[in-house]
Amino acid sequence: MSHAAAAEHTMGVEPAETPLTPESWGKLGMWIFLAADAMSFGGLLAAYGALRYGDPGWPNPAQTLGIQLTALMTFLLICSSVTMVEALAAIREGNHAGLRKFLLLTICGGAIFLGLQAYEWDHLLFHKGQSITKNNFGATFFILTGFHGCHVFGGVCYLSAILGRAVRGVSGALIVGLTAAIGTIAAVYVTFQTEMLIVGILAPVAMAAVVLAVANALRGEGVYSAHNNNEVEIGALYWHFVDLIWILVFTFVYLI
Amino acid sequence: MTTHTPAQIAHEKRRYIQVFVWLTVLTGLELGVIYTPLSKIAIGGMLIMLAGTKAALVAAFYMHLANETRTLTWIAMTPAVLCVLLVFALLPDLGALTRAFTQATPQVATSAPPPPH
Repeated sequence: MSHAAAAEHTMGVEPAETPLTPESWGKLGMWIFLAADAMSFGGLLAAYGALRYGDPGWPNPAQTLGIQLTALMTFLLICSSVTMVEALAAIREGNHAGLRKFLLLTICGGAIFLGLQAYEWDHLLFHKGQSITKNNFGATFFILTGFHGCHVFGGVCYLSAILGRAVRGVSGALIVGLTAAIGTIAAVYVTFQTEMLIVGILAPVAMAAVVLAVANALRGEGVYSAHNNNEVEIGALYWHFVDLIWILVFTFVYLI
Repeated sequence: MTTHTPAQIAHEKRRYIQVFVWLTVLTGLELGVIYTPLSKIAIGGMLIMLAGTKAALVAAFYMHLANETRTLTWIAMTPAVLCVLLVFALLPDLGALTRAFTQATPQVATSAPPPPH
């Protein structure tokens, strides 16, 4: 390894291999993972479409599902995508406070999305009589939105781990990521139990506040800088993918 | 890794806000389209076009595919192409599914009785 390559390696940057491959193998790996994941969603959406158009008795989604709430959830994910790109832009400028602030906003947006989804599911299950076993509409709806919700949950934990790593290396990533995982599950559970929309918003905000407190308590030597932000960019790819998939799910399941 | 100059970052930030505005406008259009007095097929076609545009905006500018190597674009396009093929592969099953859900028996062609002599 040359001196330049070695210097680059110590900064956490992977050298480019060929003109065809991207500058980061991590980014290439994430794209391959996202392509595989996209095929999973594609299979589910295709199955949804086949079952729906083969069934003349399919209920009208606009009447069964709440479009206003889901439109709010869509707007929330779009906003969280903006805060994610702002986080990446901030660290590219060497602005650590900006990275933490925008990462936290993104995490908060994802957690509120999950709180609203918990409220929606609760409403459909216990007030509108839908269930995963009732009919094909319920089966495909809960599997599709549940699979996407699992991705959002994974994204919240992933971005929290990046936030932890931004304040204190690997140990920070583990502690903050675990805090976010437990906090998000608790927020969703509380929303499900109380059946209140406001709880679906406030409980995730409280979770984000706890994540912020833990991250501030751990404040030490972070690993990211203006020249070393590859992991933030890879995490951002995952989050934008989750947003992109929701754009399609919103259209195909709720609107059409 | 490419180092971004302050001018590049400022340009990217402006682009991010522009894309955000477009995504919001397109989402509003989607919500408006479903209340228009058009046929279901026309509304469905418009919604698919709007969703495709939004997805392309996210992929191109937020996921930076517009500035990446072609390899990543091909990787990203592969599942899209395969999913479209899957939809076409499922089309022949739609008739069978419809019959199964409506419990209609398929009509069997019978030969005409011979004319009486």
